[in-house]
Amino acid sequence: MARIPDEGMVEKRGIGHYFTHVGLIFGVLIIFFPIWLAFVASTVTQSDIIRPPMPLWPGDQFLTNYSKALTSGINAPVALMLMNSLIMAMGIALGKILISLLSAFAIVYFKFPGRRLFFWLIFLTLMLPVEVRIVPTYEVVAGFGMLNSYSGLIFPLIASATATFLFRQFFMTVPDELAEAARVDGARPMRFFWDILLPMSRTNIAALFVILFIYGWNQYLWPLLITTDPSMNTIVMGIKQMFPSGDDFADWPVIMATSILAMLPPVVVVVSMQRLFIRGLVDSEK
Amino acid sequence: MATIKLDNIKKSFGKTDVIHGVDIDIEDGEFIVIVGPSGCGKSTLLRMVAGLETVTSGEILIDGVQVNGVEPMDRDIAMVFQNYALYPHMSVEENMAYGLKIAKTPKAEITERVAEAARMLQLEPYLKRKPRELSGGQRQRVAMGRAIVRKPKVFLFDEPLSNLDAKLRVQMRLEIKELQSRLGITALYVTHDQVEAMTLADRMVVMNAGEADQIGAPLEVYSNPQTEFVAGFIGSPATNFLDASTIPNAPASAARIGIRPEHITLAPAGQGRLSGEVIFTEALGAETLVHLRLSGGTETFTIRQDGALPLPAPGDAVAVDWEDDAMMAFSEGGRRV
Repeated sequence: MARIPDEGMVEKRGIGHYFTHVGLIFGVLIIFFPIWLAFVASTVTQSDIIRPPMPLWPGDQFLTNYSKALTSGINAPVALMLMNSLIMAMGIALGKILISLLSAFAIVYFKFPGRRLFFWLIFLTLMLPVEVRIVPTYEVVAGFGMLNSYSGLIFPLIASATATFLFRQFFMTVPDELAEAARVDGARPMRFFWDILLPMSRTNIAALFVILFIYGWNQYLWPLLITTDPSMNTIVMGIKQMFPSGDDFADWPVIMATSILAMLPPVVVVVSMQRLFIRGLVDSEK
Repeated sequence: MATIKLDNIKKSFGKTDVIHGVDIDIEDGEFIVIVGPSGCGKSTLLRMVAGLETVTSGEILIDGVQVNGVEPMDRDIAMVFQNYALYPHMSVEENMAYGLKIAKTPKAEITERVAEAARMLQLEPYLKRKPRELSGGQRQRVAMGRAIVRKPKVFLFDEPLSNLDAKLRVQMRLEIKELQSRLGITALYVTHDQVEAMTLADRMVVMNAGEADQIGAPLEVYSNPQTEFVAGFIGSPATNFLDASTIPNAPASAARIGIRPEHITLAPAGQGRLSGEVIFTEALGAETLVHLRLSGGTETFTIRQDGALPLPAPGDAVAVDWEDDAMMAFSEGGRRV
């Protein structure tokens, strides 16, 4: 076996190696520090936070603060907001994946009149972010009576040009002969889609799910606009709603507990799906 | 098992005509090989029989039934693709069973038929593996297995061996031939390799630029080519062609004369029909190829002689000779006269 040279590109040893790690650890600490402070603030009492200096080590109010946040919160229980966010994020992620899979399937595998037109129409939506079309979208959603509802939270955000393109690119790399073999085997188009195309896309779907789930979870402006009923609040906007207006007093430990709770689901999704998509990247199947 | 009839089949892509009217009658259980250079339309023809391409005009009949508008799945055919087209996420077993599963064949029967095909193709140890864990030859066998389990009326092969190395190709060629004759299923096989065509075919179809130049048994096509193209395409090394005017006592009606390399003998300079100079020789052991330039000519002229005969040296002045009936005469338009 060839000996790996000491100064190869693959492995660095000695002082440089050591400094790299110190640099990385330092970077992580800088990024992690505010999160640590939020965690500390969620485990102490209100008076501890207000009285300087700020506490740097966790207090003994962890259970009190978190159970207060989860069950009663400030406007609405955080458990409820978490559920709302989860439904919205799942709805957006799964809906986007389903719709873009189907539209990419149509664009790649079927010849129909206006195929190019539809392709460009989808492309066009890339140029219109949510914020630009938010007023007309609000009009439409209000007209359908979807304010303060899950469908109002999900549907306007469900079409995705980016995901459609991603799947289109992937489908175009699937050899035509595979579709032909399926045709000869007797698979009608939707059967081919379910039995062959979908299982082959599963690593792409997993990767996209992570991105879209976080996208959905972090929606702020849209839920803020269409949910007026506190029981429909999502957690990301809910945090803002907890801030006092005027001279009210802010229950910082509960707000911080909510923030920590709001961060957990995306972390769980990333960490658990990471393994799946690394595996997907390692054993490429084509 | 079925007969296939192609009746004046034409195909154009937009304004480009690729197939200009092909007629073939295939008998039940026959092994037909369609051979031709790239771009001659042979794959298109096969894909039309499969139902993967539409037919511009003409009729395709399988067992006497016109199938022009029939979907591939309803034609009762099975196809083996050049790159195998195995479903990458399915095991060997699932790949072979997929067509039967769609046809809603009972589970027990699927298992039995897959097992039988696996035994025939020596795939039994690999049934649980994914295609990516198999070698090229094994993948090829799985693709064959997928075709066999369906028990179709017709096998269609689209250059199935061209991704294999030379040794495996010879072996798979034998296996395909053996399997087809054992199962007695009509087969249509497309290749650009004339050796495959010669060895596999009951009858071969030589395609040239969208037309079937000649249809016949391999040896018949070899020894009696109907066009200049067929004479040049079938046989290796290729037939030598000369202008009839340069050859003493050539048939009067001929424009060009073709002579196969093995029908030519070297003669001492000054004798024989034509004279020339040796450019180089290739000694292959059993036989020797001698490449000449004829006096007054520019093209090379190839002779194939027994390996035991003395080897001429490059630069030697020699003469060539042949029997009268070795000459294949072709008209100005390339037809046999």
